[in-house]
Amino acid sequence: MIKIKNMYKIYTMGDNEVRALDGISLDIEHHEFTAIVGQSGSGKSTLMNMIGCLDTPTSGEYYIDGKEVSKLRDDQQAAIRNEKIGFIFQQYNLLPKLNVLENVELPLIYMGIPYKKRMEMCREALEQVSMTDRMDHKPSELSGGQQQRVAIARALATKPPMILADEPTGALDSKTGKEVLETLKNLHKDGKTIVLITHDNDIAAQAERVVRLADGVIVSDTKSN
Amino acid sequence: MAMKSVKSNKMRTFLTMLGIIIGISSVIMMVSIVQGVTRDVADQVAGAGTNMINVTLTGQGTTRELRMRDMNELVDEHPEIIRGIAPNISGRATVRQGTNNNTVNVVGTNPIFSTAQNVNAQIGRFINDEDVELRRNNAVIGTFNVQDLFGGRNPIGENIRLDGVLFTVVGVLEESAGGRQGSGDDRIIIPYPTAMSLFNSGRIGSYIVEATGPDTVGQAVTLTERFLLRELGSSQAFHIFNMQNILDMFDGIMGQMALMLGGIAAISLLVGGIGIMNIMLVSVTERTREIGIRKAIGAKRSSIMTQFLIESVVVSCMGGVIGIVLGAIGAIGIGNVIEVNAAPEFSIVLFSFGFAAFIGMFFGWYPANKASKLNPIEALRFD
Ligand SMILES: Nc1ncnc2c1ncn2[C@@H]1O[C@H](COP(=O)(O)OP(=O)(O)OP(=O)(O)O)[C@@H](O)[C@H]1O
Ligand SMILES: [Mg+2]
Repeated sequence: MIKIKNMYKIYTMGDNEVRALDGISLDIEHHEFTAIVGQSGSGKSTLMNMIGCLDTPTSGEYYIDGKEVSKLRDDQQAAIRNEKIGFIFQQYNLLPKLNVLENVELPLIYMGIPYKKRMEMCREALEQVSMTDRMDHKPSELSGGQQQRVAIARALATKPPMILADEPTGALDSKTGKEVLETLKNLHKDGKTIVLITHDNDIAAQAERVVRLADGVIVSDTKSN
Repeated sequence: MAMKSVKSNKMRTFLTMLGIIIGISSVIMMVSIVQGVTRDVADQVAGAGTNMINVTLTGQGTTRELRMRDMNELVDEHPEIIRGIAPNISGRATVRQGTNNNTVNVVGTNPIFSTAQNVNAQIGRFINDEDVELRRNNAVIGTFNVQDLFGGRNPIGENIRLDGVLFTVVGVLEESAGGRQGSGDDRIIIPYPTAMSLFNSGRIGSYIVEATGPDTVGQAVTLTERFLLRELGSSQAFHIFNMQNILDMFDGIMGQMALMLGGIAAISLLVGGIGIMNIMLVSVTERTREIGIRKAIGAKRSSIMTQFLIESVVVSCMGGVIGIVLGAIGAIGIGNVIEVNAAPEFSIVLFSFGFAAFIGMFFGWYPANKASKLNPIEALRFD
């Protein structure tokens, strides 16, 4: 599904040069559950942003389903983010002025789904995270765990084949963190490709594959079965 | 979506709209009042008769006097364009009836005067051709004079004295100015030969030429001019003016005034537009993170662009509607004070609304475009 070849992301600030990605090559197959681990500043988020078509690399090639992303127009990249990828962020990133339903509805609006179908798909996504009873609440009226579940529902709404999660449990206590992790594992069972970023080794251990980064380089890549 | 952000910032939205409100309301107000005044004047002029041409003979540059007989040649030459000519001799005289007396305007003329000036008798009759030919001492009097001299009772057949000369009242004019003293309702109309002897004058200084219709007025002016030049041999010897000319001139002045006022209003709209642009730019910066999130979940550039454009158009249209309402209230209010119907015309309301929408579009474009071009990852990192 994903093919990265020799990717660099270099930030230059004055004389300083930060190599956030320093020659990364990585393939991720359909239905794989991959954890990306590494110390703070090792380039995990940078890599995830590249996979999610949110950022452009300094050099290197990136193919998603065989299409080279750098050759796509802005709108085509937006369509990939919309249809192929569901994002889950550490800080949830829900829109504070919209209620739960409207937040989940948003990617479906951008997809151009008509209202009735949209409502159906929203309900379905919210059922998957057991959040159907709070649909008219604002994010600020929900607990962190609930907000993250809404964010997961939003990521699932357009039924993308791949979920990218950047430290989704980072802001949660260990119990709610575990619940979120369970949700991700269930999604994997349902056939989604999952890329999970974490610096918690216990959590990483639950994935099929662990990619370890250090200073923008892959130092190990292990598959558990 | 765009409406939400408009609602959540009520005070700021209102302040942003203020420029548009002031601009649009002043456009509506000024244009409506100017149009109202123009309409009013046009109505008054039409009431006075636009088919007529006033000719004044100055006597300069010529020794020739033009009598009624001479002037009638003009009618004989072009009966399809000129319907008739009325002499206009005016002066003041003392009028006496029983013990009542007063000073009054006296007009000496012929029956053409009635149609040319749109002045008719409401009871009795107007001066007729026989009165003129036989130099009868008959008079038609205004409603003020009926009150003043006869205390309101029917004056037909009664006698009055003008500068001591005995006249018989044959008609009363229709009231046109509320029966006030010194107005068109305070005058006495007599046959012109009688007036000439009353005022001891041998010449007629002014004529009213009546065209056959509004379409022939232009031709009638040209023909009259040519005729007078031929007869008198000098363009100094006469003046011609026609109500339509005056109306056109007035229209021109009002048009220019409207343009100037419109220009001032346009500047305030420009300022309003810049205010919108300013606030939209602030809003884009404040909502950088929101834009990042929207892009991450698949918003295209066009979606973001549309969202912000709708927002600025909604704000300026709301300002436009409030401005239209305030402007209409202001125009009608001022109209009441100056006694002019200044209710805004539908076309100007529509135009103002359209213009407000255009301003929202025009000044919202740059901020919306800026928002749509934000790099998603930089926008997400922003806080
Ligand atoms: N916009 C930027 N400008 C300059 N340097 C940057 C920028 N973004 C990231 N970096 C640098 O790139 C490196 C990798 O950052 P990245 O966010 O990918 O780390 P991370 O592994 O996600 O860390 P954490 O676990 O703390 O989230 C860091 O050294 C960071 O300082
Ligand atoms: Mg990170």
